[in-house]
Amino acid sequence: MKLPSFAYACPATLSEAVALLAAHDGEAKPLAGGQSLMPMMAFRVALPSLLVDLRKIPDLKQIQISDDGVRLGSMVRWRDIEDDVHLAKAHPLLIAAIAHVAHYQIRNRGTVGGSVAHADPAAEMPGVAIACEAEITAVGKGGNRIIKAADFFLGALTTALEPDEIITEIRLPPWPAGRRFAFQEFAQRRGDFAMSGVALYYDPDADGRVGNAHVGVIGVADRPQRLATVEAILNGRTISDATLAAAAEAASAAVDPHDDIHASAAYRRSLTGTLVERALRSAAG
Amino acid sequence: MKAANTYVGSPVERVEDWRFLRGKGQYIDDYKCEGLWHAAFVRSAIAHGTIRRIDATAALAQPGVHALITAADVPRPIPTIPFRRPNATMDPYAQPVIAADKVRYVGEPVAVVLAASAALAEDALARVVVDIDPLTPIVDWQASEQGRTLLFENTESNLATVFTATCGDAEAAFRAADYVRRETFGVQRQTALPMETRGLLARWNAQTGCLGVSGAAKLPFFNRRALAKMMGLAESAVDYIELDVGGGFGARGEFYPEDFLVAFAARQFGYPIKWIEDRREHLMTIAHAREMHGEIEIACRRDGSIVGLRGTIHVDIGAYMRPNGTTSVRNVAQFLAGPYHVPNIHVESRAVVSNKTPAGTYRGPGRYEGCFFCERMIDLAAGDLGIDRLEIRRRNLLTAADMPYKLPTLVPDDGFGKTACDSGDYRTAFDRCVETSVWHEKRDLVGKLIDGRFHGLGIACFIEGGASGPRENARVEVTADGTVAVYVGSSAIGQGLETVMAQIAADALEIPLECIRVLHGSTHYLREGFGSYGSRATVMGGSAIMLAAKNLLAAFADAAAARLSVPVADLTIAEGVATAPDGRVVTLADIAGGESLVGEGSFSNSKPTYTYGSAIAYVAVDPKTGHVEVLDYVVVDDVGRVINPLTLHGQVTGATVQGLGSVFSEHLPYDADGQLLVGSLADYMVPLATDYPNLRAISMQLYPSPNNPLGAKGAGEGGIIPVGGAISNAIASALGPLGVQPRELPLTPPRLWELINDAGSSATSAQQPT
Repeated sequence: MKLPSFAYACPATLSEAVALLAAHDGEAKPLAGGQSLMPMMAFRVALPSLLVDLRKIPDLKQIQISDDGVRLGSMVRWRDIEDDVHLAKAHPLLIAAIAHVAHYQIRNRGTVGGSVAHADPAAEMPGVAIACEAEITAVGKGGNRIIKAADFFLGALTTALEPDEIITEIRLPPWPAGRRFAFQEFAQRRGDFAMSGVALYYDPDADGRVGNAHVGVIGVADRPQRLATVEAILNGRTISDATLAAAAEAASAAVDPHDDIHASAAYRRSLTGTLVERALRSAAG
Repeated sequence: MKAANTYVGSPVERVEDWRFLRGKGQYIDDYKCEGLWHAAFVRSAIAHGTIRRIDATAALAQPGVHALITAADVPRPIPTIPFRRPNATMDPYAQPVIAADKVRYVGEPVAVVLAASAALAEDALARVVVDIDPLTPIVDWQASEQGRTLLFENTESNLATVFTATCGDAEAAFRAADYVRRETFGVQRQTALPMETRGLLARWNAQTGCLGVSGAAKLPFFNRRALAKMMGLAESAVDYIELDVGGGFGARGEFYPEDFLVAFAARQFGYPIKWIEDRREHLMTIAHAREMHGEIEIACRRDGSIVGLRGTIHVDIGAYMRPNGTTSVRNVAQFLAGPYHVPNIHVESRAVVSNKTPAGTYRGPGRYEGCFFCERMIDLAAGDLGIDRLEIRRRNLLTAADMPYKLPTLVPDDGFGKTACDSGDYRTAFDRCVETSVWHEKRDLVGKLIDGRFHGLGIACFIEGGASGPRENARVEVTADGTVAVYVGSSAIGQGLETVMAQIAADALEIPLECIRVLHGSTHYLREGFGSYGSRATVMGGSAIMLAAKNLLAAFADAAAARLSVPVADLTIAEGVATAPDGRVVTLADIAGGESLVGEGSFSNSKPTYTYGSAIAYVAVDPKTGHVEVLDYVVVDDVGRVINPLTLHGQVTGATVQGLGSVFSEHLPYDADGQLLVGSLADYMVPLATDYPNLRAISMQLYPSPNNPLGAKGAGEGGIIPVGGAISNAIASALGPLGVQPRELPLTPPRLWELINDAGSSATSAQQPT
């Protein structure tokens, strides 16, 4: 479990980093915390010839909160999010979700951009990005582009990024007052890969009827997904036992997980329904 | 005058912790030396097959690669790893130190790459071409028992050994019984998982013809003997050196193929060779454990008195019989009845080989499994008979009047054929546990659905064998500065050995703890030693130290009498000072300044100690997710005599948490091809420090063991033994309304959810006639 040999660069500017990636024809990988990449290299599952460490690049570590929403620099660590006193109000779903990200030590190093680029199907941040219709900003030799979360995650560990592209920012739309939300996840131990997880929010009207429902799930497919059928059930209804039951049933029906050594597909499907129900109950307060 | 027994029984903080907590521990990977070569192992990727060809050309051409060893380099016959307790049937199932013709499990060593660094050695692994013709893999005990494919030539079956434990007349008892029930239970494959993986550093001194092997643990003397024999060296030419060890739990420190291959490479090439096992390697190569399936029958009178227990237990020991491969097989047969008075027993335990990693011991070997089988059975019987679960246990627990209580006779003997529980009234620990857990107040909650979770209570009772023989040795030596060196054959595996041994020595010599240095790190310290396994170190090593201290004080008295020219009988000896009637004094240091002042002690024992206890779990089960929260867990044991309440409490609590990992999450699954499906701690789910906060451990010392001068009993394993039984009984009681009865471990959330689901759907189909 020693690392294979590789070259290492730690450029001071984004353009240098992009140039290094572009020059290596897909053989180079950005290093953004390394909490997944380094173990994969130790297991010799990933064998990049060059690591381009992004830690010295300015401006990638900023958290900006404005009327336009929240902008997380790609090198923002989970720990930075936990420590930010404004985010609890500016994006409480994000805070709730990242409390489930791995363990203390990993949260000190792992980054938002690293997680999104890695695209683990059970990871929390991609789930939040999908549920919240986030935008992902990337820069490559062709310049900047903005990719919608819905177009970004293509499969397990697969994204729309080109080999020379680096994520610079994740933009979460503004969070209106009065929004209801919850994040629920089930893992065998706190911090483990989710067997299923649910990120959801909605904006209730004056009568308590659900509007603008957004329901995202993780850990039950090859990528995070929105559950449109569940959202359709919720919109326009109040949160009652009947609504919860219908939403749970629709959630179980909407996902198509696989068996693995930890859990059967049937378990994950049932669990997803349970978590949707519990998340809605928690959101409704 | 100093009061006797100042240290023994006191919560003395661990002397080791100063070193460990400040990063001053010296583990095997901390050792470096000039000119070091690093080893990495080419391991079979195929579970069962015939080796056709090994081509190392490309690997040897890699930068930094010095050499490569295959079976062709090892003199024939290829040595096999010796058994600790050989018997008539096992020889063909021994493991060769390197695969020569056949491979029998994924991870079996096929070649050793030696390179300038561990990373370069690993780089080269992928370049070694190993052609293996696959054979049919055997991956479960049923296929192994059927024997259509035999793992070993010159054998007629895959059955490596059978143990039978008997007492009374089981057949007659079952025939005459009021009530009989038969059940099938299973426990999954796991491993002990010490946090420090294995590691070795071997140095060959060509001038002296001596070999030094650092990285020993558990039983350095046995391993030295084994290695010396394999390498054609005198035992005195080999030193096994024990550094700090990050956990053993039965698995670490046994003789493994790497123990030979690393030492062999050091002599072959004349360079010091180091190998540090990585976690992936560890999971596939260190001893696995626990995989057993039992068909068990119980016979009772109507009043709940157990009159008979019988059954057949199938133990999947993996590809080879390892040095201590018989331990769990033996224990599950002999200790199936646990702490209960069962007059008629017939249990057969069958060790079958399979194409999986060889099995060895893991804390509470065979006892954890047997306790799960027995305690589940008792709950099922209690339900059938309409007897309270506490009452049925209390009725059958051993009492002081039963002592010494003869345990079932074991065939083959294996050194433990005839043994007896030594002392105690098993109801005292039981009553204390029931009282502490507040069972009688909580029992109304059993089976109730509270905030979406079913609440349940479960109990299990256990005995733990300790102090295994044959002996242990110690030497106590006063140095000129007055400090005392205590050499002992026991091994430190992280359990606080130095502290406990120093407490015993300090009290025996009536000197301050600070004056004692405990030394156990080399096979050159003592002529003979045994080590730390089977909860033996405190009792065996501690008793040897007591005897050595007594002999030292006698030598001191003689020397002081001569120095002061008074008869020995006239001297007063206390706190390391001999005082003549006229007030003149001589100290230990005075004598040691001029002559050697040494006491040796050897403690022999053929009678194990039996710690006993009970554990009660209070749980809440979420039927939607299958998650179980342990709301309260109380374990009470009686250890005869407590040497150090702090380290003891740590042992019991740690063992309990390990057991909870066994019940809820740890599993080493294989696929049909014999591939191990977990490769890291992301998949092998060991409990984390924060997972189980609600544990209480109470140790009593009401009934000292009559079998050793300390009165102490082995206590390192007891905590883990009842966990499977207590938790699964609690879950069964919680899910009583659904009719769920766990029969197989582990009870992971998905598995428990499946049990709940199956019970629910069968209940539904029963209600709806079709």
